[in-house]
Amino acid sequence: MARRAGPGAKGRGPGAVAGTRAAGDRSTPGVARGPRPSARLSRAQQLDLYYWMRLTRSLEERLVNLYRQTKVIGGLFRSLGQEADAVGSAFALERRDVLSPLIRNLGSMLVKGAKPVEIIRQYMAKGDSPTRGRELNIHYGDLDRGFIGQISHLGDMVPVMTGVTLSFKLRGEARVGLVYVGDGATSTGSFHEGLNFAAVQRCPLVVVVENNGYAYSTPLARQTAVTELKDKALAYGIPGVRADGNDVLAVFDVTKEAVDRARRGEGVTLIELMTYRRKGHAEHDNQSYVPAGEIERWEREDDPLDRYLRVLTAELEFDDAMIAAIDARVKDEIDAATDAAEASPMPEPTDALVGIYAEPALIEPLWYRAGVRSAVAAHERAAGWGTFHG
Amino acid sequence: MAETTYLEAIRQALFEEMERDESVFILGEDIGAYGGAFKVTDGLLDRFGESRVIDTPISEAGFVGAAAGAAHMGMRPVVEMQFIDFISCAYDMLTNYVATSRYRAMLPCPIVVRGPSGGYVRGGPFHSQNPEAAFLHTPGLKIVYPATASDAKGLLKAAIRDDDPVLFFEHKYLYRRIKEDLPGGDHVVPIGKARVAREGKDLSIITYAATVWKALEAAEQLEKEDGLSVEILDLRSLLPMDDAAIVETVRKTNRVMVVHEDTRTGGVAGEVAARINEQAFEWLDAPILRVTAADVPLPYSPPLEDYVLPQTTDIVTVARKLAAY
Ligand SMILES: Cc1ncc(C[n+]2csc(CCOP(=O)(O)OP(=O)(O)O)c2C)c(N)n1
Ligand SMILES: [Mg+2]
Repeated sequence: MARRAGPGAKGRGPGAVAGTRAAGDRSTPGVARGPRPSARLSRAQQLDLYYWMRLTRSLEERLVNLYRQTKVIGGLFRSLGQEADAVGSAFALERRDVLSPLIRNLGSMLVKGAKPVEIIRQYMAKGDSPTRGRELNIHYGDLDRGFIGQISHLGDMVPVMTGVTLSFKLRGEARVGLVYVGDGATSTGSFHEGLNFAAVQRCPLVVVVENNGYAYSTPLARQTAVTELKDKALAYGIPGVRADGNDVLAVFDVTKEAVDRARRGEGVTLIELMTYRRKGHAEHDNQSYVPAGEIERWEREDDPLDRYLRVLTAELEFDDAMIAAIDARVKDEIDAATDAAEASPMPEPTDALVGIYAEPALIEPLWYRAGVRSAVAAHERAAGWGTFHG
Repeated sequence: MAETTYLEAIRQALFEEMERDESVFILGEDIGAYGGAFKVTDGLLDRFGESRVIDTPISEAGFVGAAAGAAHMGMRPVVEMQFIDFISCAYDMLTNYVATSRYRAMLPCPIVVRGPSGGYVRGGPFHSQNPEAAFLHTPGLKIVYPATASDAKGLLKAAIRDDDPVLFFEHKYLYRRIKEDLPGGDHVVPIGKARVAREGKDLSIITYAATVWKALEAAEQLEKEDGLSVEILDLRSLLPMDDAAIVETVRKTNRVMVVHEDTRTGGVAGEVAARINEQAFEWLDAPILRVTAADVPLPYSPPLEDYVLPQTTDIVTVARKLAAY
């Protein structure tokens, strides 16, 4: 198979943006200057950031185990190496704010109140999962907790979040919206149309572009002729900033400033977070298209948990016991969530007919299914297919 | 000769057409080095190079529109949708620009848009769609949806050579599950012709794509358990539709049901029933019955997906009712 040089062949290495967060990004016009917002985090909050990142990683590792046991139905999507970008950005929101996660944003959802048991139930297609088995993986939301479920069609959540934040503006609510898009999704028409509309309306919206180097197998250089995605902001007349997405405090800082700015009524900010997708698009993807050594380099030199652990212990002087206590708590929570999810029932087949409209809330079964509780005596019979030569 | 899968048949068609005609090129997301999400285009980059195997940005409207422009200039672009569900992002281009271009501007637009379609795979609402009915209503497009490896190959070759835009739906459940010996030589299956998948005399099942196989299963069961002789007509082409073949099977068996995986309301079955009404009403001994998905987005969890999609048991139940009418 032909191997094309990805951006990592030259340039895309860890640390490419390290150190730019304060100097480079703050100087962007329209973005407030001042002391780093993260300097005001309490000790408890500093530990919370670690907790959410650890929970994200460990929960995904548990899902990998379940996947290997074939208990996960469908694909498994990882955010390994991107936990800081998800957690640090969501942490900059208040409870009343709304975010729209994408497939690498398990961490953002957890910060917003998603529960590990819900995630596992979703992946196992259980009947008491948040979507009752209708949608897969982390495709779900809860307006009360302030997150809206994504659909697969990339870019579509940008205009939706424009509308969410437009409603905040129309009602005079001091609330902010945050929408994530991948580097690949910035190529969609929906991204452009939604962002343009939000910008012209000065909606209280923060757009986080997670630049993890790849869209499925496609490296950034094949996705766009722009080298820095933050520059796309120019086309919308909004500030664009770039930060180190694997430094959770830098992510928090840059997002918090954009959130504050949105809350002050100053409109949309586009944030490009530099990170790296260490796993394939999903578990099945063997990443044959990635230049040799690139993944290992990011793992070794720029793991967001390792980096933050160093900050916690060396700079902020937390001791190892406090870290170990969090790790133990995370493990207990995930164990309990796994047990609960495994014990959950699959959905009732006829639940498929409920809830397509507000009124009627239930549609009638097709006439030949009247009284049939389950559609099939035997499930689809794969073995039987293709054996006919008639 | 080794048997060829449905997926491999599609790859062969692309390969052979690119060999045959230099103006054929392919474009889509991750189709080059990666070989496509389902590996349909595996190896094509190595053989034909980056100028004829183009990885696109995630911009379905953009690359379908670009395919149209290239087609005007004499090229023969074949566009891959990573999943056919994303064809909706190019709906405007396809229905407004592409479909009307010959009629409104005398501009030929010979593009093919192909991609993995269909359910029974636990793909959920956005990786299982059957969008044929959304385009059936658009004059100017052609639509094919093969059920066999041989038809997949032959129809794709015909689609690439066709002077009008063709939507080519591939059933992902069939990709690696069915195989057969393919005819040798330049195997081209004409667009617009249905195929009798099984001869019978008591009733007819008109269907296409994956449900052809469900219908075949049901027919075996009905023959064994009820002594019924079931004819199965695989439409293969939905637009244009083979009215002559439809009328012929109605005249032969006088009892017809239409089966498809897509949802019911506004689906292909309604169109088939209307055509029978107009062209062969007096040959019917019973009302035309439909077996389809229920009118809901396709849910992901196995018990739900199985409940919503048509199953072999449904076809058997409805066929018995039809036979007894
Ligand atoms: C409109 C649309 N086209 C194609 C796809 C198929 N697809 C799913 S994810 C993906 C790559 C996404 O890359 P990126 O936006 O960079 O996000 P990442 O996975 O890197 O987080 C593609 C092409 C899709 N979901 N939506
Ligand atoms: Mg990406």
